[in-house]
Formats: sequence, C-alpha cells, structure tokens
Amino acid sequence: MLKARKLQLERHFEPVFAPVDLDVAGGELWLLTGPNGAGKTTLIRLLAGLLRPTSGTVSRAPGPVAFLGHQLGLKDDLTVAENLAFHQALTGAEAPVESAIAAVGLEGARNQAARTLSAGQRKRCALARLLLAPAPLWLLDEPYANLDAEGVALVDRLLAEQLDRGGACVMSTHGALRPPELPWRELAIEAPS
Amino acid sequence: MTGRVFLPLLRRDLLLAYRRRSELLLPLVFLMVVVSLFPLGVGPGLQVLSRIAVGVIWIAALLATVLSLDGLFRGDFEDGSLEQLVISGHSLPLAALARVAGHWLVAGLPIVLLSPLLALWMNLGEGGWSVLVISLALGTPTLSLLGGIGAALTVSLHRGGQLLSLLVFPLYVPILILAASAVTAATDGLPYNGQLGLLAAALVAALSLAPWAIAAALRLSLE
Amino acid sequence: MSTVKRIFHQFGSPPWLFRFAGFAIPWLWAACLGLGAWGLWWGLVKAPPDYLQGESVRIMYLHVPSAWMSMGIYAGMAVFGFCALVWRVRAAEVIALASAPVGAAFTLLALVTGSLWGRPTWGTYWVWDARLTSELVLLFLYLGVMGLAAAFDEPRKGARAACLLALVGLVNLPLIHYSVEWWNTLHQPASVGVEGSSIHPSMLWPLLLMALATKFYYLANLLTRTRLQLVVENRKSRWVRDWVLETR
Repeated sequence: MLKARKLQLERHFEPVFAPVDLDVAGGELWLLTGPNGAGKTTLIRLLAGLLRPTSGTVSRAPGPVAFLGHQLGLKDDLTVAENLAFHQALTGAEAPVESAIAAVGLEGARNQAARTLSAGQRKRCALARLLLAPAPLWLLDEPYANLDAEGVALVDRLLAEQLDRGGACVMSTHGALRPPELPWRELAIEAPS
Repeated sequence: MTGRVFLPLLRRDLLLAYRRRSELLLPLVFLMVVVSLFPLGVGPGLQVLSRIAVGVIWIAALLATVLSLDGLFRGDFEDGSLEQLVISGHSLPLAALARVAGHWLVAGLPIVLLSPLLALWMNLGEGGWSVLVISLALGTPTLSLLGGIGAALTVSLHRGGQLLSLLVFPLYVPILILAASAVTAATDGLPYNGQLGLLAAALVAALSLAPWAIAAALRLSLE
Repeated sequence: MSTVKRIFHQFGSPPWLFRFAGFAIPWLWAACLGLGAWGLWWGLVKAPPDYLQGESVRIMYLHVPSAWMSMGIYAGMAVFGFCALVWRVRAAEVIALASAPVGAAFTLLALVTGSLWGRPTWGTYWVWDARLTSELVLLFLYLGVMGLAAAFDEPRKGARAACLLALVGLVNLPLIHYSVEWWNTLHQPASVGVEGSSIHPSMLWPLLLMALATKFYYLANLLTRTRLQLVVENRKSRWVRDWVLETR
C-alpha cells in the first residue's frame, strides 16, 4: 500500500535522518517515533508526497490518501458543517456530513465558526474528514495532540475501524507515546550517520 | 475527478470573502486615496490631470492589485488548506485558476466598476471612459494571473509582500503600456482596437500559461 | 533514464564539474584578459573617432557588449533554470544562480555606460530611451531572481523558486522588450540614433573582440562561483576532503 526505499531528504545539504525503508500493507498501523526534531513531520510529508525526497523513492497504491498535518486545514471563517461540506465536495465523498459530525461529537458546535472552537474541537473537526471520505491510506501527524481522554478514545476507534476495513495508517507520536490498544509496528527514525 | 475542484473552491472563496466583506473595501479605498493624492501633488489644473489620468488610474489599479495579491494564497498556506488541496489529487493548475478567479471577482472587478468615478476625478477625456473600463476589464485579470505566480512563490516567506512587488511589477510593464496607449489613443480620437486586441491576447496567454506556473510555485512553496 | 538526464548526471556530478572548472578557469581568465586588452586597445586607441559623436563613441565598446551579455545571460540562466526544474539537477541550479549576479552586473554596466554615453549625445544622463528602459526592467528582473533566492531559509528551495521566476521572466522578456520599444516610438517620434544602422569595419572588429572577451569573463566568473558553491555545499563529502589534502 505504501513503500519507501532508501528515502532521504537533505536540508542545508545535510541529511535530516538516516535512509528510511518502509513497507506498509493493508490492515497495518505504523508508528513513527523519535525525539523532537528527528524528522517525524518531515517523513510524514515525504510519504504524503508533499515533499520530494533528495534521494530514494516513495510509491503509494493508487487511490485517495487522507492526510492530517500540524495545520489542520480548517477555514476559520467557515462553520464546522461548512468546512466539512467543502471537503465533501472536494473529495466527492458519499457519506453525509451530519453523521460525521455526530461521530466526532461536535453536534453542539455544528454551526460555530471554526475560529471559535477549542484546540481539541478543531482536531475533532479535522478527524471528521477521515470519516467523510474513506481513504485506504491514512497519514496522520500527531493525531493525539490536543485531545482529551475521550478524544483519544475517538482516534483509537477510528483507527480500529480503518484497520478492520483493510486500510492502513502511518502516524507519528512524540515523546509521551500512547500506543493505541491495537497491534502496531514501530519505525524509529534514526539520526543520520 | 479533476474537474471537480474549480466550482467548490470558487464557491468557498466567495463565501470566505463575504464573511470578511469589510476587508473587501480596503483595496478600493486604497485605490481612491492614491488617485486623490495626485491632484493634491501636481495641482488641480484640469489639463495636467487629464494628461496624466490614464497613467495614474492604471498605476493605482496595479498597486491595489499587488496589495491584495499578497494574501491570495497565504491563508490557505498557513492553515493547511493548501496541503489538503494537493493531497486531494485534483488538478492544481485548475485549483490555482479558481483561486485567481475568486480573487479577481472580489478585488479586480470592483476596480473596473469604480474606474468611471476615477476617470471623472482625473478629468479623463470623454472619449476615453469606455476604453478605460474595457482596458481594465481585460487587463486586471491578467494582472491577477501574473501576480498569482509571484504570490505563490513568496507565500512561504515571512516578509513576502515587499519582494512580491519587485517580482511582479516588471511582468506588468507590457500590460501597462498597452492599456495606457489604448486609452490615450481613444481620447485623441485615434484607433485603439489593436491595443485592446493585444490586451485580450495577453489575457488568453496568461490564462493558459499562468495556472501551471502558479501550481509549480505552490508545490515548491510547500516543500 | 532519459539521455538528457544521463548527460546531466555525468557533467553535473559535483566532483566532475569541480575538477573541470578547476582546469578551465585559468584558461578562461587568460582568454578574457587577452581578448579584452586587445579589444580595448583597438577600440580606445586604434579605432577612429566617430565623425558625428567624436571620441564619446568609444563607450560603445563597453556598452554594447554589456547589453548583449545582460540579455544573453538571462536567457542562459532561464535555460539552466528549466533544466534544474525539470530534471532536478543540482549543478544546473548552481549554474543558474551563479549567473544572476554576473548578469545583473552587466546590466548595471550597460545602464551606467549608456547614461554616460547619453550625456554628450542627448545632453542629459538619463532619457527614457527604449534600450535604457528595457535594461532597467531587466535589472529589476535580475534583482527579483536574486532577492527571491536569498529570501528562503533552505537554499535549494530558494534556488528552485528563483529558477521558476527566471523562466517566467524569460517568457515575458520579449514582450517587455517589444512593448517598451513600441511605447518609445509612440512618445518620442524622432528617437536619437545612437548606433548607426551600418557600422564601419574599423569599429566592428574591436566590438567583436570585446563581445568575445565579455563572454569569456562570464564563463570564467560563472565557473569560479560554481566551484566555490560546490565546495561549500559538499564540504563533508569525500572528494572535497581528498582535494584539500591534495592541494595542501
């Protein structure tokens, strides 16, 4: 589903991390781990195709990819429902916006501008995008950040459903690693030699 | 799949512009302030004003366009919408075109509509009014398209705004020359169809080439 | 792998380019200085003064080659920029970026010599003549490319952005050039003919010599800059270490 070979990126003519090899199959959950500054975000963006590697290759199975970055991709001036409706129009998703809003527990904030939401609520709103358009591959950068215990359980539930469907997920988690109650594999990012 | 990006994006941009409608007036007010400074600077003599009218109005339109261009992609870049757009796999040039079209509708079209008032202020010859409006209608979309390239190149820079004007003003030279000469020819009672035709040709060329350059610049800015 | 890419990978590999530049630079400087001295002597001493403009015509031997180079280098920069963007060859990025300051310097030189030449001819240092105006816009284009490249934190990102801008500028350059010329004929019906339409051979030869000398200057300067940049960015690689040990 996702394959990386000798993946490397240089910044200021120095490699960011040691070459990465990765094979992600359907139904697998991968955690990218490493200390701050190890390049977790960089690697996720490389895998998503937002960055072009200096050397090495990434190949993704055809089909949509869902990406959740540090910037959530929400428009502050649009309401939760409008943000999701735009995403729905963009991806041509079939799932109704209302059920996605309900699934992430934002019914009460449905018509609130994203600007007025708390950090946790914004994260939930971004997570609702994952429900709208089923993508076989999820690339999530710090999905647990800013979430309360209930939110963390929500992410775990979404992940379980994704893996059940045969989908795959690669996600980064920082220091306070909280492995979900699911089988997962780890890719520790190593410093360049 | 790829054709589905234009309309949703345009609709979203217009909605966003409507939510921030007070900000829409700023470039227009800027335009009016700049033009009104000229009589104060060069004196209220109607003959002098009518001679420099075209140049003043067009240069003010150019400045107002560049002023509003700085934010063209900045919001999408900073809140992550641009990443989502690239990931979605839609045609990025088409998305860029939608974004520029939205920008022109809220920032360029008002300039065109306001131009008769400016022509009145600057005592532009009667014969030049309609040609001024047509030249702005044909020229400002080209300004938005060319400026979009500069905006996309500087979107990831903290102080992109000043650099943006250095990048795009040289590209605006032919448009300014053609438009000013068309209006001057009209006020002098000379034929002006050639200049307007060339402005239209420039618009078509920019429409077909600029979206690709903007898309490439956006991809580069995300790296 | 396409042929173009293979060629680039051979000639664009840093150690190869570095060694080639190290070999070529002395010869290029020698050619530049030799031809330049010959051309200057011919142009400033041997060639006759113009029957209309007198001695001031001798500025032409610096002005015209500079103006040629200013446009030629822009085209070259954009072509290398294109290669850098399409085939992602680092050497092409380096060459394109190293071209910009040289081209900007020639543009500035063309502007300064042009306005010095304008003083005796037009009676003022600056007129909005088509050529001077085009050169001025060209200078802005160069400054834009250099400013953009310098504004990025990550040098390669800046280089690619500058290459893209250079390419956009190249598409616009003919339009700018012709529109400015056309604008000039509109506003100045009797434009002052600075260069005669036909040029006497006694003036042509030093001009050609100077044109060649400026080309060698560009190549020598370009390769010197490229070589420096290659050492800086490959400072940790083996071949640079070997070279330092060799030359010590």
